[in-house]
Amino acid sequence: MNVQNYIKLEFASKSSNEAFARAAAAAFAAQLDPTLEELGDVKTAVSEAVTNCIVHAYPEALGRISMRMRILEGNVLEISVRDWGKGIEDLEQAMKPLYTSGGEERSGMGFTIMESFMDKLRVRSAPGKGTTVVMRRSIRPRVGHL
Amino acid sequence: MNISAAYNAGRLTVFLAGELDQHEARHAMRAIDELLDEYMPRDCAMDMSALSFMDSSGIAVIIRTSRRMKELGGRAWIENPSKQTQRVLDASGIDRLVPVAVR
Ligand SMILES: Nc1ncnc2c1ncn2[C@@H]1O[C@H](COP(=O)(O)OP(=O)(O)O)[C@@H](O)[C@H]1O
Ligand SMILES: [Mg+2]
Repeated sequence: MNVQNYIKLEFASKSSNEAFARAAAAAFAAQLDPTLEELGDVKTAVSEAVTNCIVHAYPEALGRISMRMRILEGNVLEISVRDWGKGIEDLEQAMKPLYTSGGEERSGMGFTIMESFMDKLRVRSAPGKGTTVVMRRSIRPRVGHL
Repeated sequence: MNISAAYNAGRLTVFLAGELDQHEARHAMRAIDELLDEYMPRDCAMDMSALSFMDSSGIAVIIRTSRRMKELGGRAWIENPSKQTQRVLDASGIDRLVPVAVR
């Protein structure tokens, strides 16, 4: 697939970086002229993916999170969020709505929201090695709007 | 984020403003806990009209508030969610547990 633009960011797994990651995704997506709703969906999905790295991948110490954003042919925004943390033992279980290994501060709806707000979601994970989440969303071109 | 409240005749309205993510969720839970302890309301409305962003961490805050209100023998609901918030509520199916009122 033809990559038309990309950006790569790396940041520490601090919860104060959640807002930064959302803002960065929104700023990068802006070149596709998304609607407010599309922008909100992308920000929400990024917030879920990054929060999972912060809360689940590195529960004890600070870790490294990498976020790669690409514009693919046909107005497609692709966002990958990667960590080198704990990893996921049972991915099928983890992706079920309401499943959480966290306490009452979690809702178990993160993957469900990523899935419903993006067109595609792929998760690769290995226990002890880390997790990569790749999401794609096609942004509808707006005719007569420039 | 910023949390303020109004109390009148057994009803507490909690106004959530700004962005509610995991970073802010603990602060929000503590603030709401303190308000519930202080007022012991019969009803608790969570006004989300000024909430510009919320993710699934906000769902955990809503569920917890609703559970605490049930323990108090009362009810909790959501009022005036913004568009983005409404989409997160829809995707999570929380409206089956906690009612959403638009006025
Ligand atoms: N990056 C990650 N590293 C390790 N575990 C993860 C990661 N992302 C998700 N998980 C696991 O998948 C579960 C479900 O995630 P999610 O749907 O976002 O719900 P929640 O974050 O509320 O628990 C988490 O509770 C956790 O066990
Ligand atoms: Mg999550």
